Amino acid sequence: MDITVNILLTIATAATPLLIAAIGELVVERSGVLNLGVEGMMIMGAVAGFGAGYLTGSPWIGLLAAIAMGAVFSLLFAVMTLSLATNQVATGLSLTLLGLGLSGMIGTSFVGQPGVRLPNLDIPGLSSIPVVGKLLFGQDPVFYISIALTAAVMWFLFKTRTGLTLRSIGDSHASAHALGIKVIRYRYLSVIFGGACAGLAGGHLSLVYTPQWVENMSAGRGWIALALVVFASWRPWRVLAGAYIFGAVWIGQLHAQAFGIPVPSQMLSSLPYLATVVVLVLISRNKRLTMMNTPASLGQPFVPDR
Amino acid sequence: MMRLELVKRPQRSALFSMLSPFIAFALTIIAGAIMFALLGVNPLTAFRIYFIEPVSQVWQLHELAIKAAPLILIAVGLSVCYKANIWNIGAEGQFIFGAIFGSIIPVLFPQFEGPLVLPLMLLLGMVGGAAYAAIPALLKTRFNTNEILTSLMLVYVAQLFLDWLVRGPWRDPQGHGFPQTIQFGDAATLPQLMPDAGRANWGFVFALLAAVLIWILMGRMLKGFEVRVLGSSPRAGRFAGFGLSRMVFFAFLLSGALAGLAGISEVSGAIGQLQPVISPGYGFTAIIVAFLGRLNPLGIIAAGLVLALTYLGGEAVQSALGISDKVARVFQGMLLFFVLGCDTLIHYRIRLIGLALTKPDGAAKLEAAPKLKEAR
Repeated sequence: MDITVNILLTIATAATPLLIAAIGELVVERSGVLNLGVEGMMIMGAVAGFGAGYLTGSPWIGLLAAIAMGAVFSLLFAVMTLSLATNQVATGLSLTLLGLGLSGMIGTSFVGQPGVRLPNLDIPGLSSIPVVGKLLFGQDPVFYISIALTAAVMWFLFKTRTGLTLRSIGDSHASAHALGIKVIRYRYLSVIFGGACAGLAGGHLSLVYTPQWVENMSAGRGWIALALVVFASWRPWRVLAGAYIFGAVWIGQLHAQAFGIPVPSQMLSSLPYLATVVVLVLISRNKRLTMMNTPASLGQPFVPDR
Repeated sequence: MMRLELVKRPQRSALFSMLSPFIAFALTIIAGAIMFALLGVNPLTAFRIYFIEPVSQVWQLHELAIKAAPLILIAVGLSVCYKANIWNIGAEGQFIFGAIFGSIIPVLFPQFEGPLVLPLMLLLGMVGGAAYAAIPALLKTRFNTNEILTSLMLVYVAQLFLDWLVRGPWRDPQGHGFPQTIQFGDAATLPQLMPDAGRANWGFVFALLAAVLIWILMGRMLKGFEVRVLGSSPRAGRFAGFGLSRMVFFAFLLSGALAGLAGISEVSGAIGQLQPVISPGYGFTAIIVAFLGRLNPLGIIAAGLVLALTYLGGEAVQSALGISDKVARVFQGMLLFFVLGCDTLIHYRIRLIGLALTKPDGAAKLEAAPKLKEAR
């Protein structure tokens, strides 16, 4: 029983950064912007989180630094694609490349240093209830943030007027603009929110998941988060389900490696990436369904005419 | 508080189309100077070590050619993709598979020698790269799957596959347990161009040849026209009878084959064996090369040399100043950022306006009449 609980806990830990980054990107894409820089913002969040935590000794300051770094870094993308109307695919890619380089440079002196870890929640009494106690009341704080964030985004997008406006911009920026909606302002805020989320996801990696700094430690999670958004057909609760499926795949291959299954470890390590491809194929097979779900102006630059 | 406003030009500006890479380079230098100053290094010293010392001797120019060859080869292929609005960002994986396929002969049949070995290796390399690129192309055409994500995911898979090969079945039994294949024989080694002067090999010639061939293809042949039409207006392309699916395959197979050729050339010419890591991110840096070169094969040759210099410079500042060689990646990222930003100037004029002046007014609508705005 304990083993099962522990495996479930590790799955939740692996799923949390995917969930947070994907939820952030979901809002960005719902507003009609495709930010391929998730991986870059995530790794910048990771290095900022580790650095701030290491220098101040406080993992909470680290977490805030990670969020701030993700947001600031995404601002670069926002200025380029929204104010200068650059190609979103290319700009997102360059954000990722820049993030990977910059984080490597900033993190040179952090390599091998002991990090700080965010403590798990521990509510006396509740956390010691067998089985559910640990799952519900004994996880790291970011886990709870991720669940709350998903619920909040779900409520925001589908139950509020502002959320409706945001979705309308994603479906037709020209019509939204004609109605007097500030398309660019909404998109700026969405991109920055997505950046903050990616930064938080990175902070989770370097302050909870593996409290240390390793170059390229995001290991493609930002890209998997992007795939999750497609997989989820731009619906928050499906992102939640997808993130946990991928968390399970990630943890499953680690456990399989530890058990010494007679399969090359590299093959197991490639499972999450292969799973992403397979899942994408399955979900995009139905062309009509994909077209119906995709925000119609996703990835198209918008220059308001005045 | 200032705000940017873009005003569409009546037609694309030929001037800025030419100038934009240079402006971008200048901005990168300025940002780089700030970065070096923040790191506590005199920017002038740093730039001398970064950009000038690595190319001050003939043998160093050969090193530059070695680094530039894969970048140019991959980037000219990618330029065709991007022109067609097809986003292959998995060239790194295709590079690796080209290297693996091409290495089949020297690793598994080392006794096979003769003048046929090299051409066969290069051909296999191209086949390997193209085959690996065919996966995202097939998934896109058959299942409508986003090629950006699939081609990228396959990079990770390729890296792990190579890692497995050189630690497992292809490991040199006499290699003292090092994760690497046997050294390639002479027949399987890409010859150097001028062995007396430096290490540059035929890979650089392949790169120049590929660039010229693609330049002819894009500028002088129907296929190139097809690429451009489908890229700028898929609808118009359909009316003209150009098939989008065929174009996806064409672009992916072409860029995959060139990336594969780059991979086998690198392994056979510069490294001499397969190792767990055979590329310092050439497949990704080539994306920057493609854009910096304006998606024009001849521009890509120049851009490839510039980006190759950022690699050499990164190594140079690391050994001379103790700065991480990651500084190269930062330079490369900044360069792409600035070049994309400057490209805006080709299609738009940028006006800086204070917030007080942002009230919508009819005059600004007359894009073609800038004088009216001045009069306001």
